[in-house]
Amino acid sequence: MSTADTPKRSMRTPLGRVRNLGAAHSGTSDFWRQRLTAVAMVLLMIPVLVIIMMLLGRNQAGAKQILGSLPVAIIMLLFIIASAWHMKIGMQVVIEDYVHNEKLKLVSIMANNFFSIAVALASIYAILQLSSGV
Amino acid sequence: MALSIVHRATGIALYVGTLLLVWWLVAAASGPAAYANVQAFTGSIIGRLIVFGYTWALMHHMLSGIRHFVWDLGYGFKANEREALTWGAAIGGIVLTVLIWIIAYMIGGGR
Repeated sequence: MSTADTPKRSMRTPLGRVRNLGAAHSGTSDFWRQRLTAVAMVLLMIPVLVIIMMLLGRNQAGAKQILGSLPVAIIMLLFIIASAWHMKIGMQVVIEDYVHNEKLKLVSIMANNFFSIAVALASIYAILQLSSGV
Repeated sequence: MALSIVHRATGIALYVGTLLLVWWLVAAASGPAAYANVQAFTGSIIGRLIVFGYTWALMHHMLSGIRHFVWDLGYGFKANEREALTWGAAIGGIVLTVLIWIIAYMIGGGR
């Protein structure tokens, strides 16, 4: 068996190295995280809806008091992280399905990452600022 | 039923709609004036329509996603089961949306 593509000696066989990686060569981690974040959001949906209902009709001071309280902030942070991660993976799947030009695909996937991370970070920063009483 | 493409479409709508959520949270952190701007928008007719649409997209995407999850687990592939899951997601999404808005109006008093 040739070892031309393996400069360092490995105890793993060529079959072992590619097993479970699939056609995208990246394995099933995104598939798994997509489901993980989906289940997380289903579990968080009722608490999040309750929080939004509590905020109805309140001004900024009232919203700050509710969003800044510890349990609410934690639920919101969990939901923000799960949704940003979930939407990043989902949009990447859509891009990979419909954008066939390699360069455009690369740029789209980069833009998707930037957008998702920016959304997550801005939301997290806002929640933390509301919590810290600054 | 072509519900798979609706699942994608609602997903993309929710993706873009996160801008509204970011605006809302950042405004809450910024101060009373910024928050009043958000409330003026979400209280307007167009704002309410967008948030109503967002509620439906979220509820539909969630139920349609649970349907995919059932399939991932290897259940619900019989013709009648597929139909039931699909209709359940489609009707359930509308029912939940209306229910949420009824509760919201009862609590918020139309605010």
